[in-house]
Amino acid sequence: MTGPLQHPGYDEEKLRKIAELLPCREVQAELLLSLMGQPEHRSYPAIFIYGHRASGKSHTINMIMKELELPHVMVSCVECLSVALLFEQVLLSFFGADAAALLPRGPSLSDFVRIYRQQCSDSPAKQTRYIVSIMEKAEMLRDTDANLLPALLRLQELVEDNVSVILLSEIVWDKFRPNTGCFEPLLLHFSDYSKGELQQILSKDRHPSYSAEFYSSYINILLGVFYSVCRDLRELRHLAALNFSKFCEPLEEGKAKESDTHKLWRNIEPHLKKAMRTVYLREVSSLQWEKMQEMEEKEAGAVRGLSAHTHVELPYYSKFLLIAAYLASYNPARTDKRFFVKHHGKIKKTNFLKKNEKTSNHLLGPKPFPLDRMLAIFHSVVDSRVAPSASIFSQISSLVTLQLLNQASHDDQLDAPKYKCAVSMDFICAISRTVNFDIVKYLYDFL
Amino acid sequence: MSTSSVSKGCFVFKPSAKKRKIVGNEEHFRRGCEEKDGCALRYKLCKQLWDRIISDTESLQDELNKKILDGLLDFARERSGGRKHGDWAAQMRASEIPTAALMLGVNVPDHDVTFQSLSELLRSSVGPYVASLQAKECGLLKHLMKRVLERITGGVVAVDEEEDEEADASQIQTGAQCSISNLCEWYKGKFKKSTGPNPPVVVIFKDLEAFNPKVLQEFILICSRYVQDLPLVFVFGIATSPSTIQNMLPHSVSSLLCIELFHSLSCTQHLSTVIDRFVLTPSFPFKLNGKVMQVLISIFLYHDFSVRNFIKGVQLALLEHFHSQPLSVLCCEKDVALDVVGHLQPKDLERIRGLPSFKRHVEAQTKEEQAELLTDDACLKEECKKLIKSLHGYHKNYFPVLRCLHALTSSLPRYPLGKQIRELHLICLENCVWESEDYGTAMKLLRMLSKDELGAGVQRCVEILEQETSKTMREALERLQELLSKMKGLDLSDMAPPAQEPVITSPVRNLGKKTDLFQLQKTLLQMNETRRSKRLSPFEILRNETVDFIETLVKSHLSPPETQPLHEALYYGSSATVRRHLNATPRTSIQAALSDPYFYLQNENLRAEDGGVSNRAPDICVAYKLHLECGRLINLFDWMEAYSTVASAAEGADPEAEDFGRVDEIRHARFIRAVSELEFLGFVKSTKQKTDHVARLTWGGC
Repeated sequence: MTGPLQHPGYDEEKLRKIAELLPCREVQAELLLSLMGQPEHRSYPAIFIYGHRASGKSHTINMIMKELELPHVMVSCVECLSVALLFEQVLLSFFGADAAALLPRGPSLSDFVRIYRQQCSDSPAKQTRYIVSIMEKAEMLRDTDANLLPALLRLQELVEDNVSVILLSEIVWDKFRPNTGCFEPLLLHFSDYSKGELQQILSKDRHPSYSAEFYSSYINILLGVFYSVCRDLRELRHLAALNFSKFCEPLEEGKAKESDTHKLWRNIEPHLKKAMRTVYLREVSSLQWEKMQEMEEKEAGAVRGLSAHTHVELPYYSKFLLIAAYLASYNPARTDKRFFVKHHGKIKKTNFLKKNEKTSNHLLGPKPFPLDRMLAIFHSVVDSRVAPSASIFSQISSLVTLQLLNQASHDDQLDAPKYKCAVSMDFICAISRTVNFDIVKYLYDFL
Repeated sequence: MSTSSVSKGCFVFKPSAKKRKIVGNEEHFRRGCEEKDGCALRYKLCKQLWDRIISDTESLQDELNKKILDGLLDFARERSGGRKHGDWAAQMRASEIPTAALMLGVNVPDHDVTFQSLSELLRSSVGPYVASLQAKECGLLKHLMKRVLERITGGVVAVDEEEDEEADASQIQTGAQCSISNLCEWYKGKFKKSTGPNPPVVVIFKDLEAFNPKVLQEFILICSRYVQDLPLVFVFGIATSPSTIQNMLPHSVSSLLCIELFHSLSCTQHLSTVIDRFVLTPSFPFKLNGKVMQVLISIFLYHDFSVRNFIKGVQLALLEHFHSQPLSVLCCEKDVALDVVGHLQPKDLERIRGLPSFKRHVEAQTKEEQAELLTDDACLKEECKKLIKSLHGYHKNYFPVLRCLHALTSSLPRYPLGKQIRELHLICLENCVWESEDYGTAMKLLRMLSKDELGAGVQRCVEILEQETSKTMREALERLQELLSKMKGLDLSDMAPPAQEPVITSPVRNLGKKTDLFQLQKTLLQMNETRRSKRLSPFEILRNETVDFIETLVKSHLSPPETQPLHEALYYGSSATVRRHLNATPRTSIQAALSDPYFYLQNENLRAEDGGVSNRAPDICVAYKLHLECGRLINLFDWMEAYSTVASAAEGADPEAEDFGRVDEIRHARFIRAVSELEFLGFVKSTKQKTDHVARLTWGGC
């Protein structure tokens, strides 16, 4: 890699510290520093940094700003419910609470610029001020006022101050560019970490009671297993924390020494394989995972992951309502007669199975159906006579709040509302098994 | 009323306050009894039992929730404290927000109580910063933030009333105040000096499913930025299944949470405990008969799974009972009831004489006694006291025996007498249980149990009876204990059947020879018979003895309550009322009103035979009747013609006249009104398929 960061105008001690804190991001840091120039220089008005999740964007910026003690403000666009909040945060951290209080209710961009200039003339910038805006949800800035993003990019011009805007995003700049055109920021890409770099970074958070080499050999094993499926630093860090105690087990029991890599490897491998199945899912909390590991010897699967609990207890008629909704969603309305009328007469099979309907309805997803149809099917599938009581209707709406049904029409439409069934095939099969209803016999796709 | 105004117009007359008589609650309880004392007493008893139901359910709820809530509290405490530890693992997951996923079952209305006690407990034992949120008040992230801040800082955030009118204008005001960073500042300010672990900030999402996923995701993203400074703990209330979390939150968000699952008691188990507490106990004097029980249980199982509604149903039955039954004054503890009998008015005594169960009781007596009971009030009072004592005694024995029978039969294959005790209770309430076929099978199965199984069953019975105090139950207990010890005394050698070889061997030896099919069949039958008639082993004898004893217990104590005199005072039996109140059928009522207007209007002119509608019925009924005869699409003009014919017939016009059935303006208007009323009620709707047509709806629009 490159040598220690060198940049005129900054304390060397601080630069060395930054280099230490930013493993594998020296190049980017160097580039950024040279872009920013010396503290009192004018900086480039807007810089756009993009890279995948967990590629060290905010960390790098944060460290540079903090360690070099540059005047800056970090704004998260998710947090800014309104533009006002963004303006307020900027003014607050540059000029103090008094300036922020000057903002009128529902401020416009020009209000912001006016106050900024006014305050700026009172206390002109000695150093470059940085507005770092994190766009975790990049569409946030796009969705606000059309002029916000172009204005931010030209903020230096507008307020005539030495200010620079740094945008961080996971999405490329092309998706942001407004169609009216704007000032082009400098683009900076943070590439993904390579395997070696991941190893280097992960090895940094070692367990205090074990040696660095030992932890790094653990990370090596971990990466060997997971690198092919998962390159997300955060997820890998989570996995490392999750499985480390298991890895250390033979050491604590005195069966192996730190140098017995092979022995340790054999011990941890099956567990990592198991963890592989649930990678990314975060099915169980880290705490429960540990419990699960302990219990494994006694009885497997006592604590199960989130996705293992899919069974839902429902009242008897709710089950049938859900079944009726499922049938209405996945069967063409034309075929209802065939399924639910007792003496439907002879329907020719060739006629019945239309060609364009050959494609599986299950592949196309649920279709909306009117309430009438669902209730008609309900009364035909439920085995006893059911009075259309108020509680039947209220069950439909509680199925909607439980997200088992979706309302396809607008809430306001009282007249003949439409619904969609939002449960999976497995779920409905499990439900119909509990009421002894053979749902497959009634599904057009499985005829 | 008149006014002094000379102008024409509408005037409002407020009723003068003096005229309104304020009726005390007691006054409502006067059906069938004019004496003030009776009313007051009935009201008092009803109130007592009502309050008892409420307080008991509350304590029961607390008891049942205790386990899960304790788990949650530990979770919250540990998570807030653990952060401070220098533990490596804790440090590694410091950026995760600890989250408890609380599985509560689909009966959403019942959750309120749980959450209320949860937040109270959290406030008292973990820390004051608890905010519970409902989905309907958090439509936007802005609102969600506002609620959280309000509830945690205790109303420090200015609530802007004019939010609805000028949402935009107030945005800056609320927006400036409502952010987690402000909350964080506030929290830091509060705990600047304290060194120990700070109380966590708990946010409860009561109904996770109903939250807008986008709002929730953003909220979690924001919170995760502050998790280092602000010890946040989330509680998700989930009604369906935990996989909802995965459905709602993408990986980038759910990876910020450290989720732990907590399961609450299933609602059927909850119901069983409630039934145990209120129904299967002699200490609660008010009782439901089989039909009402059936209605309440089926509403629970078929419709809502809501224990709260079940209890409401019991309360309704209680109210109805005291309201409609004058003799409900006797529905109280034994001592009180005996006291009440002494003060009964002659009118009440007449009522007692009129009770069917009492009549049956009288008929069973000798002639002189009959005459005495029917004429002498003092004698009747004495008899009543005796009957009340026996009724309470009946309950004291009924429930333990019921439990014993359930303990023995609940593990039999295919559950002939039901899996749950409530099913057995329903059977016993309906008629004599020992006459039913299922009972026969159950007894047959009991006579085939192995020693261990039967021993375990009897052991359970002994445990049940040990808690009872009445004399008969004590005796039964002694007998059962004796049987049990005998059973334990038998060792394995006694279990084997005694030697009977000579009898059995001869046919077996015959089998060895060459036989035809008929011969074989005969031999086998013979063998079967010998086996049946063979002498029983000591265990089998003991087993028969035990089962016989159980049967005598059942026969003497599990007779249905209808056989007991004076049961009407304690049992409520109007299942139709309960059903009508709890499981309303608006559609049926509307249809009844439309097809048979006499049912509600009670006007003799409207009485129509064989289900038809008289042509004098209200317009809407006529229109409804005519629309029933049409297909899915109704031609409005034909419909109006038909209506007009009926209407002219109703006016007594001559069918031969020229203008018979002619549509004049008034009829036209009446018809249009009737149709629009039908449309409002959801029977027809306008359609775009054909002009001048309306479509018939089957289920109504709502």
